[in-house]
Amino acid sequence: MKNYGKPANRIVYAKALSNDVKLFEIASPYIAQKALPGQFVVIRHREEGERIPLTIADLDRTKGTITIIFQEVGKTTKDLGTLKEGALLLDVLGPLGVPTEIERFGTVVCIGGGVGAAVIYPIAKALKSAGNRTIAIIGARTKELIILEDKFREITDELYLTTDDGSYGRKGFVSDELKRLIEQGCKIDRSWAIGPAVMMKAVANLTRPYGIRTIVSLNPIMIDGTGMCGGCRVQIGTETKFACVDGPEFDGHAVDFDLLMKRLSTYTREEKCALQSYEHERRLEPADKIKTSNSAL
Amino acid sequence: MAKPQKNQVAMREQAPEKRTKNFNEVPYGYSTEEAMQEAARCIQCKDAPCIKGCPVEIDIPGFIKAIKEEDFKKAIRIMKEKNVLPAICGRVCPQEDQCQKVCKLAKIGEPSAIGRLERFIADWEAEQGEIEIPPKPPSTGKKVAVVGAGPAGLTVAGDLVKLGHEVVIFEALHKPGGVLVYGIPEFRLPKSIVAREVAYIEKLGAKLITSFVVGKTKTVDELLKEFDAVFIGTGAGLPKFMKIPGENALGIYSANEYLTRSNLMKAYLFPQYDTPIARGRSVAVIGAGNVSMDSARTALRLGAEKSMIIYRRSNEEMPARIEEIERAKEEGVEFHLLTLPLRYFTDEKGWVNEMECLKMKLGEPDSSGRKRPLPIEGSNFRMPVDVVVVAIGQSPNPLVPNTTPGLDMGKWGNIIIDPLTAETSKKMVFAGGDIATGEATVIQAMGTGRIAARSIADRIRPG
Ligand SMILES: Cc1cc2nc3c(=O)[nH]c(=O)nc-3n(C[C@H](O)[C@H](O)[C@H](O)COP(=O)(O)OP(=O)(O)OC[C@H]3O[C@@H](n4cnc5c(N)ncnc54)[C@H](O)[C@@H]3O)c2cc1C
Ligand SMILES: Cc1cc2nc3c(=O)[nH]c(=O)nc-3n(C[C@H](O)[C@H](O)[C@H](O)COP(=O)(O)OP(=O)(O)OC[C@H]3O[C@@H](n4cnc5c(N)ncnc54)[C@H](O)[C@@H]3O)c2cc1C
Ligand code: SF4
Ligand code: FES
Repeated sequence: MKNYGKPANRIVYAKALSNDVKLFEIASPYIAQKALPGQFVVIRHREEGERIPLTIADLDRTKGTITIIFQEVGKTTKDLGTLKEGALLLDVLGPLGVPTEIERFGTVVCIGGGVGAAVIYPIAKALKSAGNRTIAIIGARTKELIILEDKFREITDELYLTTDDGSYGRKGFVSDELKRLIEQGCKIDRSWAIGPAVMMKAVANLTRPYGIRTIVSLNPIMIDGTGMCGGCRVQIGTETKFACVDGPEFDGHAVDFDLLMKRLSTYTREEKCALQSYEHERRLEPADKIKTSNSAL
Repeated sequence: MAKPQKNQVAMREQAPEKRTKNFNEVPYGYSTEEAMQEAARCIQCKDAPCIKGCPVEIDIPGFIKAIKEEDFKKAIRIMKEKNVLPAICGRVCPQEDQCQKVCKLAKIGEPSAIGRLERFIADWEAEQGEIEIPPKPPSTGKKVAVVGAGPAGLTVAGDLVKLGHEVVIFEALHKPGGVLVYGIPEFRLPKSIVAREVAYIEKLGAKLITSFVVGKTKTVDELLKEFDAVFIGTGAGLPKFMKIPGENALGIYSANEYLTRSNLMKAYLFPQYDTPIARGRSVAVIGAGNVSMDSARTALRLGAEKSMIIYRRSNEEMPARIEEIERAKEEGVEFHLLTLPLRYFTDEKGWVNEMECLKMKLGEPDSSGRKRPLPIEGSNFRMPVDVVVVAIGQSPNPLVPNTTPGLDMGKWGNIIIDPLTAETSKKMVFAGGDIATGEATVIQAMGTGRIAARSIADRIRPG
């Protein structure tokens, strides 16, 4: 028997990909051994903290590390973002969810919006290795938020970039770019769309009339990530599914995106309050330190 | 010998008006004098029916006698021979259906307050500081993996390390205890007590690895390559829903989610803790078991003006412990019996705001022996609600069965075991607790755990 111990979950490498998007490489040997594209982890980084799901964006089985890429959108992700190399994460649980179905489909298009690019990267990489002609469309609000451009270039046959404000790539949404491809006669055998719910909805609506199978990765609010609470339930056609164990990937043409978006807003008030008091505390912090050093004088 | 007092020594507790404003434990427990006075009531029956009434066969007259004689060290030693989690069992066991039901004192008055004495002796030990650890037996060199740190898994671990086997417990959540930490609320079972009892099992020598999901992080087959035997005690963790229109609306929770947010994630301490929970004004809890009572009482403590139990059968059929129903009533929980939810309505943001129900009446007994509830035609009505907790039961957690070939499963998704040995259809794989029996009790989970430990020890004995 190996000497079993609780993994320390050390951050071995930390990097800012943009102002509010961070990348951590974490030593997590059990998970690194097992993880497949499309799977995620649940992280809790401090005793009073929430459990949040983040996709495994990359891994290194020999080093025993996994990579997560996250956008700082609220208290938990902002606080996580303050951690430095060498810090230990309290809990990293995984790999969770059903892995992506990887096969040789022919021509595939991977569409990533915002930080969704990080989520779709391992999928695109695996699709390319499986022998698909792999096209990626990566979009963001503005140039600064386009992530992993070089990595995508390495693993795709064609890469298209869009920004909402036109500061980089083509001006417009990722769905506009996809529409252009389809109208130009590009024969697509399967597509993946991962990003904000509105974006996935737009892509699914676009591909539906063409009958292009479109897989989306849903991001409902989760707690355990193991099928125990039902908080992550989503409506797929007439059925209710638990995204953490039945997904997170589903047939985009059957997803009730409006319900997903509503459910994502369940705690808007509490999230705002948590963030405000967090930012308030952080602003006070340096002042407090000055006070203590003053009193030491 | 003087005739025993007819009634139990009462236990002091927080008044209802006060306790609904906090999450502190409701009863205070016996003082030394009260415990000794209660212990003196036991008439030390030779045939001790209470022992047979106890699923783990604690020497009940033995530990009670030691309390009476003020030899508390001896009392706790007797207790721990059979029960490694006395502070928990003393609080949550349905003694009224077990040992106390068959106690001979019940013929002349109230039975001996076995549960309260069990709790007393466990709490007494904790107050002494350093807990007595039995000497470590020589190592057998055999290794056992325990999956799930609920009462079943903890019992197996405790029993096997005491025999000198090496035990590693794998737990999916970040805290050990199973339902004891994520389900049963603080006001009924303080989490510090669960932590204390788990620490005892760790001190005995069991190793605990949290945030490790078997079936995902490693499969049972992989564990079998490294361990001599595997015990599966993953519980009944899959929440059931009614599958009625509107059930995915905002504000509608499974009891598991509601209680996990509040207990495990400490959402009642938001924003000191980061996990939020909807604090409804008018909360409807569907179902009338222990889980429902826990949810309805939690809702009051989270500030609900109205907390309601909605149940399709009548008073007599409610599956919760009588004590829990009484406590809920004292605290002001409303009971809407013979009422069946049909659908939910929402506001424009998708938040639940009304529930449509149907009135029921009782018909002939059904297969469960309980009278079948029948709808009263045209009795539909609506009631305003802003949080709903669906507490109609849990099924066995499918994660391990789905990833373990060769495991025979029952109709309800339970793992089939031989009741005498806790063996599954797979070689050197054993199971117990709710995953095998379906939703049961803490002590039953410990009981099957004990059986499994015994037969695992038999199987892995060297030679
Ligand atoms: C399977 C899955 C994979 C994901 N992968 C990534 C990823 O690789 N990179 C990334 O940046 N984000 C990812 N997310 C989203 C990420 O989990 C949320 O952004 C994060 O939880 C926000 O927490 P917060 O406290 O910082 O923000 P908050 O202020 O709490 O919330 C901001 C928004 O995030 C959502 N959210 C809040 N709590 C949770 C929760 N416990 N679970 C899920 N969503 C929540 C809500 O819609 C909320 O409105 C993923 C989500 C899921 C379900
Ligand atoms: C709210 C509530 C109140 C209750 N009240 C009472 C009461 O008052 N009295 C009473 O006697 N009984 C009560 N019960 C029932 C009692 O708690 C259960 O019968 C008992 O806990 C079952 O024990 P177990 O060990 O089988 O499972 P659980 O306690 O469910 O523990 C199973 C553990 O396994 C873990 N697990 C699951 N899957 C995996 C996996 N794949 N890998 C690793 N770990 C995994 C889970 O996270 C969990 O920690 C109550 C139940 C609930 C839900
Ligand atoms: S049955 Fe009751 S009175 Fe008799 S030994 Fe057991 S606890 Fe004491
Ligand atoms: S996150 Fe709890 S069931 Fe999916």
